[in-house]
Amino acid sequence: MRGVQESQPGGGNELCETHVVKACCAYEVHSLRFRYQSTESSNNPWILDDVSFQVSQGEVLGIVGPNGSGKTSLLKLLARLASPQQGGITLFQRDLTAMEQDEIARIVGVVPQDTPQLFPFTVAETVLMGRFPHRPRNRWGGGVGWESEEDVAIAEDAMRTMDIAHLAQRAVTDLSGGERQRTMIARALAQTPKVMLLDEPTAFLDLHHQVEIGSVLCRLKDERGLTVVLISHDLNLVSQYCDRLLLLAEGQVVRLGTPDEVIEPLVLKQVYRCQVLIDRHPTSGMPRVTLPGRQSRGNK
Amino acid sequence: MKQPAITGSSRSCAARLSHGQGDAPPTRGHIVQGAILTRSRLILILGLLTLTAVVVSLICLHFGAQPIAYGDIVRVLMGVMTVDQTKTDGGSADITRTILLQIRLPRVLLGFLVGCSLASVGVVLQGLLRNPLADPYVLGVSSGAALGAALGVLCGVGTTFLAEAALPACGFAGGIVALVIVYRMATNSERLPIHSLLLTGVILNAIFSALIMFITSILDPNRSYGMMAWLMGTLTSPTYSGLVGVLVYLSISLILLFRQVRAMNILALGEDAARSLGVDTERAKRSIFVLTALVTGAVVSVSGMIGFIGMVVPHAVRLAIGADHRLLLPASALVGGTFLMGADTMARTLIAPTEIPVGIITALAGGPFFVYLLLWRKDRLA
Repeated sequence: MRGVQESQPGGGNELCETHVVKACCAYEVHSLRFRYQSTESSNNPWILDDVSFQVSQGEVLGIVGPNGSGKTSLLKLLARLASPQQGGITLFQRDLTAMEQDEIARIVGVVPQDTPQLFPFTVAETVLMGRFPHRPRNRWGGGVGWESEEDVAIAEDAMRTMDIAHLAQRAVTDLSGGERQRTMIARALAQTPKVMLLDEPTAFLDLHHQVEIGSVLCRLKDERGLTVVLISHDLNLVSQYCDRLLLLAEGQVVRLGTPDEVIEPLVLKQVYRCQVLIDRHPTSGMPRVTLPGRQSRGNK
Repeated sequence: MKQPAITGSSRSCAARLSHGQGDAPPTRGHIVQGAILTRSRLILILGLLTLTAVVVSLICLHFGAQPIAYGDIVRVLMGVMTVDQTKTDGGSADITRTILLQIRLPRVLLGFLVGCSLASVGVVLQGLLRNPLADPYVLGVSSGAALGAALGVLCGVGTTFLAEAALPACGFAGGIVALVIVYRMATNSERLPIHSLLLTGVILNAIFSALIMFITSILDPNRSYGMMAWLMGTLTSPTYSGLVGVLVYLSISLILLFRQVRAMNILALGEDAARSLGVDTERAKRSIFVLTALVTGAVVSVSGMIGFIGMVVPHAVRLAIGADHRLLLPASALVGGTFLMGADTMARTLIAPTEIPVGIITALAGGPFFVYLLLWRKDRLA
């Protein structure tokens, strides 16, 4: 991680515009405005208001912010699960709205927030579903089609990467939260994506698996140039594993930059309306956030 | 950032994936062995189920007011295929033949088709609503279809010569109205709790039943008795042309539904996840809806409201053979057909010569199962 950090001079928008050639931008987001449409009131508040940023290829970008700041909506827009009212998103220089959902699915793997599984698909079957966007065209619309040997090989590899090969025969309904989350990440990996979007990938995981998922994502980034955009509430985790952070509050970008630039006492106080302690991680040197103790609350 | 340029297609990415990780011996297919559906497993299971269906149908043909020897059944059935039927000698063999071919066989076949349809519809609805309790009967789709068909009868559709095609259409119209209401309710919020979905079904059932009762009460007593029996779910011996009508509705719908099986698998991950995998969820939902209503409408118009097959059969089959819809859909259809043939045979023989509406038998078998699911498997439902 350290090395990655040092290889990036500066941060923020500067990164894409000056240092990296244009072709390396995985996502370019221009002045995005988005709100949910409803029939009763035509004037819902904007969920996202004038959001612009870029994601370089091979970058791990963490989206952070308080509850209701629009993080999940932003991720949905990036996956085109929703469409913005204004502004645009390009994915590798191509307008996202002009692309087929299938085509996006071959480039972007999405891991949504934990959804309980109701049907006893096996782990192997679930991971193989990631091969759906690569199904052959025009044969029963891919409806019944069988996975090819290549599909199986790729799915098996994704399972090995996420350390769930031993669970292959287990039903997803019987998995623990962590095992299910790793299955879902393996499923997204089986799409052989260039970009992974993850919504709270570590929310239900114990320490061991949090670290594991963080390092797997970093390894994939190093080995395959995978671009990662992830949402997390855990500022310490994103500080360790993300190259840059995007801090959202009330639908607007408050800060965009390296963890050093974003995790600052004043910024966090303004956004989260709470006083935190920030020091340095003893080994990585990245900023570390500590919640205020009881005493300091009492003194105040 | 010293990352490779993004010229590599996803294919080269795939190649890198499969050659990465040097330490694990890459024996292809080793990990997933036994964990995914294979063609041979599909063929084996469907073959066994077909065999079971044939055996059960022979048993069903055997029982009745007058048991027919199995040898005779096979001989007559074979004879149908080879010898022409004009040769009649008027003996008891001929009576047996008439009973078998004109009364029992059409009824057993109809039972099979209706069971197939209900179980398939159950599989599809459960997959679409991501809910193992979904069933056309419980959700009120059947009563919607019944109301449509009852209105059709009231307007005199049943008396025209087009009845065989027109009544299913009325049922279809009623069914789709009910389905749209259920679906609107089910997707109103992010994820509807199971109890609200069931409540929707209860409400729809209450409203539609009230309307049906009203129609029944203004019909003349003779017809209203028939309608009551029909509403409880009754199979009668249909004409072969009626049978062909149902078969056409069913086979077209099943074939079209089968095109969506892989999409249905992925819908189990949740709608957003399915879309992010490139499933055209809107199109899948639309076609599943229309076809479900079509099948339910056709089935209800010939057999009334036979409940719980659509819930119990898919659930049991899923537990036994796994959740992959490629196998689950045809296997449930076969099991549902076999089950209803058996249930209907019980319905017509248990207290013969009086017939019990077969819907009573399926409800008695399925109701307790429903309670069991709701009480003891709640963790799996919501």
